[in-house]
Amino acid sequence: MGVKLFGARVARLEDPALLSGKGRFVDDVKLPAMLHACFVRSPHAHAFIRGIDTSAAKALPGVHAVFVADDLPAPMSGNRMPMLVPNPAIATQLTQYCLAREEVCYVGQTVAVVIADSRYIAEDAAALVDVDYEPLPAASDCREAAEPGSPRVHSELQNNIASKFRQSYGDVDAAFASATHIFEEDIWQHRGGGMAMETRAVVGDFDPVRDLLTVWSATQTPHIGRRMLADLIDRNLESIRFIAPDVGGGFGPKAIFYAEEAVIPAVAMKLRRPVKWIEDRREHFLCATQERDQYWKVAIGVDHNGKIKGVRGTLLHDTGAFVPWGIIMPYIAGATMPGPYVIPAYGLDVTVVLTNKVATTPVRGAGRPQAVFAMERLMDRVARELGLDPAEVRFRNLIQPEQMPYSVGLTFRDGKPLIYDSGDYPQAQREALRLVNYDTFKERKAALLAKGRFVGLGIANYVEGTGLGPYEGVTVRVLPSGKVAVATGATNQGQGTRTTISQIVADQVGCRIEDIVITIGDTAAISQGVGAFASRQAVNAGSSAKIAGGTVRTQIVKLAAQALGLPEGDIEIEDGVAFGRGGNKPSISFRDLYRLAQGMPGFSLAPGQTAGLEHTAYFTPPQASYCSGTHVVELEVDPMTGAVKFLNYAVAHDSGTIINPLIVDGQVQGGVAHGIGNALLEWMKYDENAQPLTITLADYLLPMATDVPTCKIAHIESPTPLNPLGVKGAGEGGTIPAPAAIIAAIEDALSEFGVHFTETPLMPDRIVAALKDAGAYEKLKVVA
Amino acid sequence: MKKKVSIKINGKMYEREVEPRLTLVDFLRHEIDLTGTHVGCEHGVCGACTVLINGHSGRSCLTFAVQADGAEITTVEGLAAADGELNALQQSLRDNHGLQCGFCTPGVLISLTELLRDNPDPSEEQVRDVLTGNLCRCTGYAGIVAAALETARRAHGEARS
Ligand code: FES
Ligand code: FES
Repeated sequence: MGVKLFGARVARLEDPALLSGKGRFVDDVKLPAMLHACFVRSPHAHAFIRGIDTSAAKALPGVHAVFVADDLPAPMSGNRMPMLVPNPAIATQLTQYCLAREEVCYVGQTVAVVIADSRYIAEDAAALVDVDYEPLPAASDCREAAEPGSPRVHSELQNNIASKFRQSYGDVDAAFASATHIFEEDIWQHRGGGMAMETRAVVGDFDPVRDLLTVWSATQTPHIGRRMLADLIDRNLESIRFIAPDVGGGFGPKAIFYAEEAVIPAVAMKLRRPVKWIEDRREHFLCATQERDQYWKVAIGVDHNGKIKGVRGTLLHDTGAFVPWGIIMPYIAGATMPGPYVIPAYGLDVTVVLTNKVATTPVRGAGRPQAVFAMERLMDRVARELGLDPAEVRFRNLIQPEQMPYSVGLTFRDGKPLIYDSGDYPQAQREALRLVNYDTFKERKAALLAKGRFVGLGIANYVEGTGLGPYEGVTVRVLPSGKVAVATGATNQGQGTRTTISQIVADQVGCRIEDIVITIGDTAAISQGVGAFASRQAVNAGSSAKIAGGTVRTQIVKLAAQALGLPEGDIEIEDGVAFGRGGNKPSISFRDLYRLAQGMPGFSLAPGQTAGLEHTAYFTPPQASYCSGTHVVELEVDPMTGAVKFLNYAVAHDSGTIINPLIVDGQVQGGVAHGIGNALLEWMKYDENAQPLTITLADYLLPMATDVPTCKIAHIESPTPLNPLGVKGAGEGGTIPAPAAIIAAIEDALSEFGVHFTETPLMPDRIVAALKDAGAYEKLKVVA
Repeated sequence: MKKKVSIKINGKMYEREVEPRLTLVDFLRHEIDLTGTHVGCEHGVCGACTVLINGHSGRSCLTFAVQADGAEITTVEGLAAADGELNALQQSLRDNHGLQCGFCTPGVLISLTELLRDNPDPSEEQVRDVLTGNLCRCTGYAGIVAAALETARRAHGEARS
């Protein structure tokens, strides 16, 4: 057996091309006679469309066409877009039209599209499209929008409530009646964007000879995109090919199927010319989906030792103008709130509210950062009120490893009971605390405080449902050259999918990783696929890779045994060669085995032999696998400016068995950066008319290299019994608990002044304002 | 309306007729087909479009092609050896997992190339300071910083020995 790749820090196969400018992103696709698109978008958060005059735009030299809703093919022109995750609890089953018809419901909604020789001309012409709008009152803040009598988000609705549901177990009232202490918090986590560095992008190309519509899209879900488009233009799946080439980051918003992904191919078909649309950053701010706005009112009941008796509350979720991905973010939030703690009774009433803003769909973490923020803020409150160490309160309430598998009592988003499959939560917390020398923190803090420096520490724990179904597939096939082709519906937006899947297959089949030829994100390569979200690819595609690779290995062994006249048990495989153990080591290469596997014209295959050396597996998980972990943050706050500086950032992370530590570390570190953005910087501001105000990267701040510390990372490996690899997802755990730990640390740093924070992002001016309110500057003067 | 420009890119001379409003990055990507340089914002913040213009890093999204007339430009395609072998910085980014989606990477490479040329032994603080000009949504910067420092250390070690 060659070097085992599984579990090793294998350098990524993706890198050489990306490092030398040879990556191939959607905007790099250049086809003969290609035209360029620019969308006309609503400038109003809410308005009726009284008429659209496209004549001036059409008259501009270089313009080929201007399309409004009625110009699109049926049924797309008159049908709303499909809902991706429908749910009977959704009262308002509203998605948008590909191009708006009578009404627009958020700034940036697609109204018309201009096709021209260049993007420059298309933009000029888009400005000449004259749309007669009748502005309507808009709902901007979901708290107001939920009230009766507030402006309606869609004129046809009676109210703005998209859904109401309750998640609960145990006797909540009794639990609170028996609690010694009850503490309540109002908590808000603010919305933000995925903000991948590559914006969205679509190229459509129709080939009438082959009757094939090819779509390149910067998407996380090409197979879903193909299905949606097929529905909207009424074509069979085989006549549409979706390709997600190199994709410059996803983070959730690129998992959605967008109007632009439907319109551009439809227009390309109509014009019989390839059409390209590349979203600009302003459009990304306006129209790529966002997430996070949730208002929580939650209470915790504990006994005199700080042991939890129950948790209850309400959750208000802002879904924006439409519900394209259903209501899973608030649903996941409610199911994530109990986290790693033993909570005997729990009840949460959830209301999903429409507003005239771009729809919210999952952004890295999908409802979980909010839930963890709410729960961990409660834990800190308990610690403070009871005078207990925040780590100790958590230890007292953590689920113990011997309680695994642990049934929480709720139903998760996959429709299955919420049962934690494996994990050692106390161990993770111990590890993370050890990484920051928690034992000596209090002394450090006191010593620095004496010098007028304000240092604090925050802890946050989380459990995350990952690896959701339905399935992901992998095909493994030995090629005539003896190399091994691999195809998967899993996609690659930077997660290193190409490398991890190749590692698994190379080990299974017995070839060099360099001899794997892998196709990713192409619906032509494998018939079924789902894509990237919910940290699901390593679990599903990884397991399929193991199963498919293992099956092909069995085929190889069988055929080699026949060819070499040896018992199967004597066959070994290494570097693409099957050979007999012992003796003179007779051998046969994959290349020769490939020929044998083709059979002879007119002759039957040997009993038990299948055509070729290939297999496709579609692993489907029985339920979510739950990864977990702890973040501990040590930071310093400058009370004069509100600036926050990280001193120590530790993560103990359990994503089950690790395929490639290099990649998992990268996912964790990158996730933390996103969490820092959510905690301190990223502010998607709308005015009271739901006009977005932060639409450049100069106004909406992303974390820079000076904002993100290098984390200390410890891996706890609790393999899950739910898949053959024992792996769990790792893509979002870096983000989920970060805001909770960071805000706790800021509060701790400023504990002298008794300030309390329950919102993100916590920007410097808000820290300063809170200190001012608390009279901190009077005290600081006295100190000085 | 169109204007003739002559620009030397990665050592090779290109002459084209362009509209005055054509940005340098669109010129590189779409006229010359050097698609390694990326566009992330078109307003000068993200740094994905960073190239060397007469040896200094600049935003090719904020520069018009006509402004680069007569200039020498280096793009990411000009970094690796002619046979495709990655240079030390590129290799180090790979070794340290300094890229994920790779979209910001060309701009990062150009910024760090300039830094390491002008300051062969930078501190971590200096590296991070330069990188504030390049937003990366994927990596959290740790691998990028480590790669820059490692490259400098290696070059130094070799120079000393
Ligand atoms: S594209 Fe030029 S700085 Fe962002
Ligand atoms: S690697 Fe994706 S933005 Fe930097």
